[in-house]
Amino acid sequence: MSSLQARIEGIGFWTRGLPSWATAREYALNGTQPTDAPTRPSPQLLPANERRRAPETVAIALEVAMAACEAAAREPASLPSVFASTHGELSITDYMCATLATDPRALSPTKFHNSVHNAAAGYWTIGTGAMQPANAISAYTASFAQGLIEALTQLHADSDAVLLVAYDGQHAGPLAAMAPSEGLLGGALVLSRHGAGPTLHARLVPASTHPAATGALARYASANAMAPMLPLFDVLARGEGTAVLPAGAAHDLLVEVSP
Amino acid sequence: MPSTLPPSTARRMAPLAIRACTATSAVGPGREALAQALRDGRSGLRRNDFGEGATDAARLDCWIGRVDGLETLELPASLMPWDSRNNRLAWLALAQDGMREAIEDAIARFGAERVAVIVGTSTSSIGSTEQAYTALEDGEFAEEFARPHVHTPHSLGEFVQQATGIRGPCITVATACSSSAKVFAQAARMIDAGLADAALVGGVDTLCGSVLFGFNSLQLVSGEPCRPFDASRNGLSLGEAGGFALLERANGGDTGLQLCGYGESSDAHHMSSPHPEGLGARLAMRDALARAGIDADEVGYLNLHGTATPANDSIEAAAVASLFPDALHASSTKGWTGHTLGAAGIVESTIALIALERGELPGTLGSSTPDPACGPQVRFAPQRADIRYAMNNSFGFGGNNCSLVFGRA
Repeated sequence: MSSLQARIEGIGFWTRGLPSWATAREYALNGTQPTDAPTRPSPQLLPANERRRAPETVAIALEVAMAACEAAAREPASLPSVFASTHGELSITDYMCATLATDPRALSPTKFHNSVHNAAAGYWTIGTGAMQPANAISAYTASFAQGLIEALTQLHADSDAVLLVAYDGQHAGPLAAMAPSEGLLGGALVLSRHGAGPTLHARLVPASTHPAATGALARYASANAMAPMLPLFDVLARGEGTAVLPAGAAHDLLVEVSP
Repeated sequence: MPSTLPPSTARRMAPLAIRACTATSAVGPGREALAQALRDGRSGLRRNDFGEGATDAARLDCWIGRVDGLETLELPASLMPWDSRNNRLAWLALAQDGMREAIEDAIARFGAERVAVIVGTSTSSIGSTEQAYTALEDGEFAEEFARPHVHTPHSLGEFVQQATGIRGPCITVATACSSSAKVFAQAARMIDAGLADAALVGGVDTLCGSVLFGFNSLQLVSGEPCRPFDASRNGLSLGEAGGFALLERANGGDTGLQLCGYGESSDAHHMSSPHPEGLGARLAMRDALARAGIDADEVGYLNLHGTATPANDSIEAAAVASLFPDALHASSTKGWTGHTLGAAGIVESTIALIALERGELPGTLGSSTPDPACGPQVRFAPQRADIRYAMNNSFGFGGNNCSLVFGRA
């Protein structure tokens, strides 16, 4: 099985209580938390009025994507992007289904176009002026691993650098029992072929049973649908190590990070 | 509009063999029904009769491309946890054109874990979620709807995996109406990187309240059958469809159909309106030609996105006119199938492959008065011609664009 590799040029992270990669890393290493963390991301990419109105998953995706680009000192418009989310914006799915059940002709056109799974990708490319390709995928618990694979295969094909963004939000309405997900969690990586930063190697290995992840970040946001990505962020906080991520029916993705 | 784009940085790709290909839409199940309808100029559109139990007053006054028989189609017991209109259409589509045999053959040659599933959809099984909301019990899903793996975008990918026995990487791509075109690009990358030896790609989207009332809320739905590129066009007709293609590395001695190139881009303009100068569309077409290593004048047929909304068609026609010679035969086939959203990529790629295989280039059904804003490439009448390369355009909300180039070995 061939191994894919990349340099990690920049990292973005946001969850309630840990509103940046710096605070998340500090928490993972020392257990300390900021006392004044905001309850909602406030991505500067959006105009102030849209910042408040944007769906939470769009806000967090834009927040972590921009943070990763800034950490990498990369111009956002220059990067192709891959957006991975298990469920997309559940509050909009709930709104759509509830409105259709009661008064379908009252459906909001804005909510409708925000209901597409690539809404965050769309707002990102519009906000940054990126005309590079943007992908949006879902693969249930394998969403992050498959998003990472898609990003790495773009590098292997003909991209110099690529932005990976992964996020899930809070469940909503009667759908909550079917698509459970707590809080708001997002992570982003700028990956490149030849840039600076730690080296990441990834390869598919036979699926194993996953004991509950024990890392600090994995435990902190374990109830969010994007939690399967957290073992990698625990490794990234230490700067080196190995994470095993669920990648589907038969596979895990073994990801090794070295300085 | 600038007359030339910056040169493409896309690298030429090794072509992939298309071992099997199928599409099921309102004109019928499988490729032969599609080819026959294209040849006969027979539309699959009908007056909106969708929604069991709904009164005519509750239904939107529009035309739809509906697939017959889904209401009574029964999945095997083992697949009932994934039962939905969308997955039933996936099941129906998988049964056509030797697709199951081709999948089993790929599994036998490469191993189930070396075959990937990469499928596109815009709304997946949300029709089932909508139904569940109309029948809540004490605010919760009734037992018949309480199947978590249906109420999430990956319902389609997981169902296809379960239904085929494929065990390799399995992904659902959801970039609105470019979804099942982008799956070809993602599969090409995955095979190129050595993570799989073959990939089942495709897409399925079905009619549901979300898309009917959603597109209606944007005032994009016509009250009549859609008329792509017609001067009097006034909106799209929605349709449902499913289709698949099996891709693997091409061998030296191959004689069949191939994926030769892909190009993807973003408009960076608006969530639901195209870039006014069609810049994203032009970048996607440019990169697809570059990856195929061909010039624009080598393309014999282009299946346009051509939704029949006033904005899409004139912008797409101008983008095509900026890249291609007048001799190109380009057409929209949405008058046959309706706009099948996340399935449009696979359905219209199948039509491009039919054109390559049989030399039958479809016209634009339902349209009669050319829009003077659209160039000479856009054809309303069909034509017979032996062609080497065919192309497909699929553009989606969020300004998400994908173009594909197909050829014959």
